[in-house]
Amino acid sequence: MADAKVIPFDDDRSRGSAVQRRRSAGNRRPGAESVPVREVQPLPTRAAAQDDVPVTSEEQPPEPSGDGEGGLERRIASGLAFLRRRLTGDYEVDDFGYDEELTDQVLMSLLRPLYDTYFRVEVKGVENIPAEGGALIVANHSGTLPMDGLMMQVAVHDNHPAGRHLRLLAADLVFMLPVVNELARKLGHTLACAEDASRLLQQGELVGVMPEGFKGLGKPFADRYKLQRFGRGGFVSTALRAGTPIIPCSIVGAEEIYPMIGNAKTVARLLGFPYFPITPTFPWLGPLGAIPLPTKWTIQFGEPIPTDGYPPEAAEDPMLMFNLTDQVREQIQHTLYKLLVQRRSVFF
Amino acid sequence: MGKVVLVTGVARQLGGRFVRRIQREPEVERVVAVDAVPPEHHLGGADFIQADIRQPGIARVLAETGADTIVHLDVTGTPLGSGSRTSLKETNVIGTMQLLGACQKSPSVQRLVVKSSTNVYGSAPRDPAVFTETTPPKSLPSGGFAKDTVEVEGYVRGFARRRPDVAVCVLRFANILGPTAETPLASYFALPVLPTVFGYDPRLQFVHEDDVIEVLRIGSHEPRRGTLNSGTFNIAGDGVLLLSQCSRRLGRPTVPLLLPAVTWAGSLVRTLGMTDFSPEQIRLLTHGRVVATGQMRETLGFQPKYTTAETFADFARSQGPGLLPPQALAGAVDRIADLPLAGGGHLPTQSAN
Repeated sequence: MADAKVIPFDDDRSRGSAVQRRRSAGNRRPGAESVPVREVQPLPTRAAAQDDVPVTSEEQPPEPSGDGEGGLERRIASGLAFLRRRLTGDYEVDDFGYDEELTDQVLMSLLRPLYDTYFRVEVKGVENIPAEGGALIVANHSGTLPMDGLMMQVAVHDNHPAGRHLRLLAADLVFMLPVVNELARKLGHTLACAEDASRLLQQGELVGVMPEGFKGLGKPFADRYKLQRFGRGGFVSTALRAGTPIIPCSIVGAEEIYPMIGNAKTVARLLGFPYFPITPTFPWLGPLGAIPLPTKWTIQFGEPIPTDGYPPEAAEDPMLMFNLTDQVREQIQHTLYKLLVQRRSVFF
Repeated sequence: MGKVVLVTGVARQLGGRFVRRIQREPEVERVVAVDAVPPEHHLGGADFIQADIRQPGIARVLAETGADTIVHLDVTGTPLGSGSRTSLKETNVIGTMQLLGACQKSPSVQRLVVKSSTNVYGSAPRDPAVFTETTPPKSLPSGGFAKDTVEVEGYVRGFARRRPDVAVCVLRFANILGPTAETPLASYFALPVLPTVFGYDPRLQFVHEDDVIEVLRIGSHEPRRGTLNSGTFNIAGDGVLLLSQCSRRLGRPTVPLLLPAVTWAGSLVRTLGMTDFSPEQIRLLTHGRVVATGQMRETLGFQPKYTTAETFADFARSQGPGLLPPQALAGAVDRIADLPLAGGGHLPTQSAN
């Protein structure tokens, strides 16, 4: 019990009490938006400034490289070399089926337009992700379809100075669906189970988990930004056994891409899905209704919570596990409310 | 006094190779090769005894030869010659029971090596990506060779409990490939066009025949210093190949079929007796299977000579060229690269940015 941590509500020391007050009033968020916006103003600009650098550095090089003949030729040559490796099967995948080359060259480029221009993801606190060694990123989950996980993967890869790859833990449903399971494996995702998670962490990989699972993904629109139960907290004991830090991550914007106003439970049961969303557009407009709303996203990586200070038997202590789980959960929830207060509107 | 090694299942290539190899060991005095049918290959001077391990007569063989090391290789997925699946299952399961019963009564037996398979883990989407020796399977194999191996391992565990003085080594081999391997997967890869399951790209692991022989040799001797060769070990080459990679490296085109169609076609082919494309084979080619080999390295002290990719390359060399040889494809791409700029202009769009 002595190990129980008090959650520091006053991350930003000056506005500690205001945040706490806002947090309790968080459910009535839209009303509370107008007053505090002014005092929080400096943050987004600073974050935007720090954020701009890596994004542009990722974005720019392909553009000017086209102006010189040499650049184009080099691109064609590397493209053909890539094609040659692909056609002859001369590439490597790891034990989990992660195809780094395909992910970097093709799959990420497919996700990037969604990330850059559609959701205009703003990333904060990427410096909280260690440059090397294992770490467990724990994020909130929302949006009916697990778009937030994919965006988080792009966010980490494109913004982290070391270009780290995020290995996501996905639900078993992902690995039952044809095509989806193939893409998930090639993107480096694996089944959310303790064995896979600890194996990846011990290999020094960056692992992303969304412990809310389907409870968070398929929650009604009215419950947006209210964190659901964090599973059984298995992710904490896995991180503790591996001695890797836990990085809380808050994703704002994913909740509104598919506002789920209803759940056709019978259809869901028939299809074997955990829920079947009904949004203002979805079953009514057919495939058109499956287009997500172009919300503006913010992904904030929080301060790492170290786990290496605990004795090895601590992973067996349920009380400590509950406390740590709550600490992570509170930190994510707290950051969510903070980001929501800073947000100007859902779409801009 | 030297060792007397009794090897079952010698009528197969693998058994024959192992018999020839183990005779060259200095501490081995005599090798007794047992199978129900005489082998077509030579056994290098080993004593061949024609005995069916499904019959109690195997106990007499054991008593007469006074064998101290039993290497049980007669646990296989493909019938020999024209044998049926039923007789194969009997050899696998009843044969193991009889052999273990004989071993239990024989005071001379000190060591038992059993060839098992990573099939015991099954393949299901809800399984962890990498199986360790202690991972409980989420879905037990419902039939076929996989179920046989589960049952064989069950009997071997029972035997190990009743005869704690016998060192028991269960080797769970990944898919065995090599120039002469006769496994279901080898016959699958020999098809001119590979049927695959649409929307799935299974991860496969292979182990080379040479490594199989070597690890069997390690298992049938006293453990080297600092290692332990009793227990259960996963045996597989390093690394993983996806089925799509295998087909490309082999130069054989794939035909993706929907899962129900594959199941149906599989049962049709099986009924016609063309190949043993069993349900567990389809599951393997749907969800794939990868095992951890840490125990093999650290406890058993065995380093495979071939990685999964090298094993597959060796196997591919022994196969004829496919319809789309990788060299030809590579050459075609190279010719495009040699063309003036305009010719290759549209290509990089799918890869470059």
